[in-house]
Amino acid sequence: MVYRGPYRVRVEEKDRPRIEHPNDAIVRVTLAAICGSDLHLYHGLMPDTRVGMTFGHEFIGVVEEVGGSVQSLKPGDRVMVPFNISCGSCFYCARGMLANCHNVNPNATAVGGIYGYSHTTGGYDGGQAEFVRVPFADVGPTVIPDWMHDEDAVLLTDATATGYFGAQLGEIRQGDVVVVFGAGPVGLVAAQSAWLMGAGRVIVVDHLDYRLEKARTFAHAETVNFTEHDDVVVHLKRTTDHLGADVAIDAVGAEADGNLRQHVAAAKLKLQGGSAVALNWAIDSVRKGATISVMGAYGPIPNSVKFGDAMNKGLTLRMNQCPVARQWPRLFEHVRNGYLRPRDLVTHRIPLEHIAEGYHIFSSKLDECIKPLVVPNAA
Amino acid sequence: MTYRPQKPPLPETPEQLRARIPGWGVDLDPADRPAVPQEVFDPGRYGARWEFPERQPELTPRERSIEHAFLTPVFGTVCPPKGLSGVVRRYAYRRFSEGRAAHWLLLVAADRIDVLESTAASYASRQPDNPVAETGVRAELTHHGIRSRVGRGRADVKHVWMDPVVVAGPWVAAGAGLAVGASAVLRRVGRRGT
Repeated sequence: MVYRGPYRVRVEEKDRPRIEHPNDAIVRVTLAAICGSDLHLYHGLMPDTRVGMTFGHEFIGVVEEVGGSVQSLKPGDRVMVPFNISCGSCFYCARGMLANCHNVNPNATAVGGIYGYSHTTGGYDGGQAEFVRVPFADVGPTVIPDWMHDEDAVLLTDATATGYFGAQLGEIRQGDVVVVFGAGPVGLVAAQSAWLMGAGRVIVVDHLDYRLEKARTFAHAETVNFTEHDDVVVHLKRTTDHLGADVAIDAVGAEADGNLRQHVAAAKLKLQGGSAVALNWAIDSVRKGATISVMGAYGPIPNSVKFGDAMNKGLTLRMNQCPVARQWPRLFEHVRNGYLRPRDLVTHRIPLEHIAEGYHIFSSKLDECIKPLVVPNAA
Repeated sequence: MTYRPQKPPLPETPEQLRARIPGWGVDLDPADRPAVPQEVFDPGRYGARWEFPERQPELTPRERSIEHAFLTPVFGTVCPPKGLSGVVRRYAYRRFSEGRAAHWLLLVAADRIDVLESTAASYASRQPDNPVAETGVRAELTHHGIRSRVGRGRADVKHVWMDPVVVAGPWVAAGAGLAVGASAVLRRVGRRGT
């Protein structure tokens, strides 16, 4: 697929990617996904999103070709590829911050390398395609275990790992009350993961009833539909005995609904890096001394965030892109034990040739869409 | 209660939660959480056999943030800057750091110019743009467009009418600009002819 402008994508023949560095691999994609953060690109929200880019940072496939220095993979291997591109050796990678690699993104120092995103993440094509160039094949990708389902594997490349990471950043302790803003795939996994870390209550907030139903069945959570309350912050205070939650997780990001002025300024007029509605609700609804984990993606243009309240309440704000490969060994155990069930999130399987409809369905939340996968022709 | 020392009681005990929720508490110990603490110095743990990677050849000049000391050893090569949008992009990278609003606003402006340039160029190519098909709006008919929205209390329905304006607005504005320009040129030519 290629991006043609805001709200427009199409299928196009592009040159097959080639080895450009000795540690590159070329992967034939067998399954990809559309991520909520792809929608920020699709809506024209992220600066330096160029016409002709191929999106997609969640994909698995088969190794077609490897560069001369690659040792851990060989042609024919079935691999899952983290959404981060990481050199494995820079200041950050050497400390495990694989999402913050300093050697792969010339366009910005504030963000690492990501497949199929705006050029602010390095200018790499993504996996909603038949073939993709995978830099540092010895660092990021891993061979998919035989027992793992392809749909679990593709969702471990971002959504599942990021959801778990969001709960992890919340520094949850036994008995904590955890509020998750957003019942998309990342929020649902964050809610599920909060239980693994010993939460005493998990409350998921959204405005889409079908996703809240999923939060109840998939993530065993209490739910709040914010459209049913005049002031969701007051409602959350009341449901927590007026204390507020111990931990909040923002799994919404740049296009949050719930405040028309914020949404229009950010998502429509692009005057700020994102609509901070969910983040502000998190700041206001947690107790003093609480921790807020930010998993939602925001752009680099400034946002209207209530830092005064955050300071006065003594909050800890923790955030980062997820270092996917670092999470995998533990997450593989959780999937194998049935504690995390990524593929239960999949609602749509879109052939690559119907990618424009796939984006529209996901963007417009048609047909009770939660997580769409993309099936390439070459699969 | 907030106004007294104790935390409000929870509705379920740990035993009840463990019985109800698969895996409850298996990562209660932070030592079982894979990225805690965030920074653990362990070079080589993730597969690198180099201290600094071999450099990817720079076959064409590559724009970079001026906050970087040099071009990173590995970089993406797709969609290099082109046309007027490319001029704006290169200027944004060359002149302004990531800390400056001008950097980002110029890149956003370049994105919009890119769309106009690329769409116009597509009509001289073998694959002209089909703006309607590319929006995927056909899915409204095949995937319950009305039923997915009406009567569901969705917050986004309040602003969904703006989406066509966002998509078509720049084209209407560009068309109006061209029409105004063309009519001014025609008027001037007409005056010279009389």
